[in-house]
Amino acid sequence: MADIASSPDGLTPASQTLLRHYRSQVVTRRVYSILISLGVLAALVMAMGYANAANSGKFFDRLPYMFDFIKNFVPRDPLEIFRAMFGLESPYFDGSAKYDYTAGGVYLTDSLYIPSFVYQLIITVNIAVVSTFIGAGLAFCLCFFAATNLVGAGAVRWFMRRTMEVLRAFPEIVIAGLLTAVLSIGPIAAIVAVSLHTVGALGKLFFEVVENADMKPDEGLKSVGATWLERVRYAIVPQVLPNFVSYTLLRLEVNVRASTIIGAVGGGGIGEVFRLSIGRDYAAQTYAIIIMLLVTIIVIDQFSGWLRRRLVGNQGFELARGSV
Amino acid sequence: MSAISAAERIRLEKKFPDVFRHIFARRFGLPFGIGLTLLYLVFCWFFFGVGPAVQNGKWDRAAIYVQDWYSWRAQPRLRFTDDAVVPQWSSRGQYAEGATIDWLTPHEDGTMTATFGRDSDRLDISTTRVDVYVGGVAYPVTITEDGVFAPADVPPAIEQDRQKVLVDYGFAGQAEIRANQVSIQRRFLGWANFLYDPKSPLWGHDLFSTLGLIFSGERVVPEMSNAELVLKEWLGNRAWQHGDILAKLVQTLVMAFIGTLLATLVAFPLAFIAARNITQKRAANWFMKRFFDFIRSVDMLIWALFFTRGFGPGPIPGIAAIFFTDTGALGKVYAEALENVDDKQREGIKSVGASAAAVNRFGVVPQVLPVFVSQSLYFWESNIRSATIIGAVGAGGIGLKLLESMGTNSDWDKVAYMVLLILLVVFVFDNISNAIRSRLIGTANS
Repeated sequence: MADIASSPDGLTPASQTLLRHYRSQVVTRRVYSILISLGVLAALVMAMGYANAANSGKFFDRLPYMFDFIKNFVPRDPLEIFRAMFGLESPYFDGSAKYDYTAGGVYLTDSLYIPSFVYQLIITVNIAVVSTFIGAGLAFCLCFFAATNLVGAGAVRWFMRRTMEVLRAFPEIVIAGLLTAVLSIGPIAAIVAVSLHTVGALGKLFFEVVENADMKPDEGLKSVGATWLERVRYAIVPQVLPNFVSYTLLRLEVNVRASTIIGAVGGGGIGEVFRLSIGRDYAAQTYAIIIMLLVTIIVIDQFSGWLRRRLVGNQGFELARGSV
Repeated sequence: MSAISAAERIRLEKKFPDVFRHIFARRFGLPFGIGLTLLYLVFCWFFFGVGPAVQNGKWDRAAIYVQDWYSWRAQPRLRFTDDAVVPQWSSRGQYAEGATIDWLTPHEDGTMTATFGRDSDRLDISTTRVDVYVGGVAYPVTITEDGVFAPADVPPAIEQDRQKVLVDYGFAGQAEIRANQVSIQRRFLGWANFLYDPKSPLWGHDLFSTLGLIFSGERVVPEMSNAELVLKEWLGNRAWQHGDILAKLVQTLVMAFIGTLLATLVAFPLAFIAARNITQKRAANWFMKRFFDFIRSVDMLIWALFFTRGFGPGPIPGIAAIFFTDTGALGKVYAEALENVDDKQREGIKSVGASAAAVNRFGVVPQVLPVFVSQSLYFWESNIRSATIIGAVGAGGIGLKLLESMGTNSDWDKVAYMVLLILLVVFVFDNISNAIRSRLIGTANS
């Protein structure tokens, strides 16, 4: 905006000095901006070169394959997708697993059954819900010990916060892998892995909420001689509960995605089925799973968004996303 | 908390009727909710079959796996030849050929002594009998054609298992005595050969002697300087594969970096189209927002596997997966930030007759840029974690390396090493992005 006062004539000497300083500041700022942009750009180009070299196929060599893959990866007729989704028999069934949509269905009675993919999806969503409950419960118990306004002992707080940090940063696949080695493949590994990460992520958000709580109710309770537990229960918890619930719901959205991914590396559920079906070129099944996952995630996102708005109004929750 | 008198109570009830009127949902909502949750958890206990799975778990193996994180095992097989005991090491043995091992001493008459931590716990091994010392007491184990037999009244550390005898010294190790060999597992605290593998000319040096080598004179090999040699041998360590692991770690970081940066660059202009107050076309807003919702809701796993099929394993599918998911997520967040901008600055610029582009450049961007950058930094941080996981499903990087190491079930020390590296990297990037963020938006911790 240096051109707003482009004619310095008619200005007092003091104003002219001011203008000069302003301009030199603008120049410095621009130089810094340009330098930073160039630096980031250079880093980007270098990183892209590195990534391209490290990939098993180069980007431009593989691009035609990518398009071929998309072009050829179509089911024999669009209805196949729905047959796969609902576990109906396919007219193309030739004994191979590619067109065998009925396998893996869970029969409740002779005629009433849960299609295979729906059942796997239920497993995945259940993993997410259970680990959100467990994680939120543990985080709820721990978060008060990490809050400055409730715990005086610095060592306790330090220990709690570091524990949460480590839980947050610990790679989920390692926990899942270790438990898979012990318990063999199954959803328990995924539950434990996702729960532990949830404790770390929610614990941090929770204790920040606790630290921002109004301390007047706490003082009131303290003045009538309430114990620490009573103070937390009657002064802090009622204030923070809506925020806690809303963060937990946000976490649920994240956990549905996480349990899908963990499923793909050995936790079972829809993630694993998806990995296998795309790896084996089962187009109809793959698209069926994509659609089901998409719908599930959108439904859960919308539901939790609606509930959160009812609980705490329109807050900028996405701001917390990175720390989640 | 002390009680109050009845009169006071009635007075209070009259004065604040709202406080004392119990709404059913408020009164019983919490216990009811907790009860339902517990019921659900009990249901899931059976749904997932937690009980049987935990019962059938190989918990003894779990103990070994966890010990492998911070300790290492030497596993020689002492084979019986005609008249001597000969140690045999696997190709990945931790000792150089012909090295003197202080806990495994061969004797001139062909016998061998293996000590387990102290002198009173040791095996004196000959081809016909093994003297097992537990706590200083000797128990002769005889080796015959039909099998190996321990004497009667042995302590629980020695166990007869059909034709073989097992000896357990706890953490220090185990031995399995058979008719033709003794397999020994000797465990030591720490990571073996973390610096150099046994085939390296520098094998046997520790950290301090390495530092001494770098700063002191004579070359170990004439071709290169010591510092160069140390770096080459360390990175090329065959047991620990430092070079490979670090390269994979860099791949993961690069995935997160490029993915987030490209997503930022693409989401930035698109968010202006999605923001209601900036682009006054309802159809364009709606379409853009649904587009963001769509690519955001397709799981990162789906993008990752999809692009892995197309581009082959490596960082490119990882970048693409992060790019697609985060273009949606960042676009949504950016659009929300744009819709909350202060209109006064735009009006000011507009009032002097600036073009639409100038209004956005000088009236909107300065307000939202710090928010945008700090959001992108958040996403970068969380994407380092995501990149690790989607790496495991085929996108490469440290995730795949972790999965491979865990798959062998014997490289848990390497897993621990990679976990430490990941924790360190996450910690460092956390602090860097926190520092940048607090300078941008001026809050100390958020």
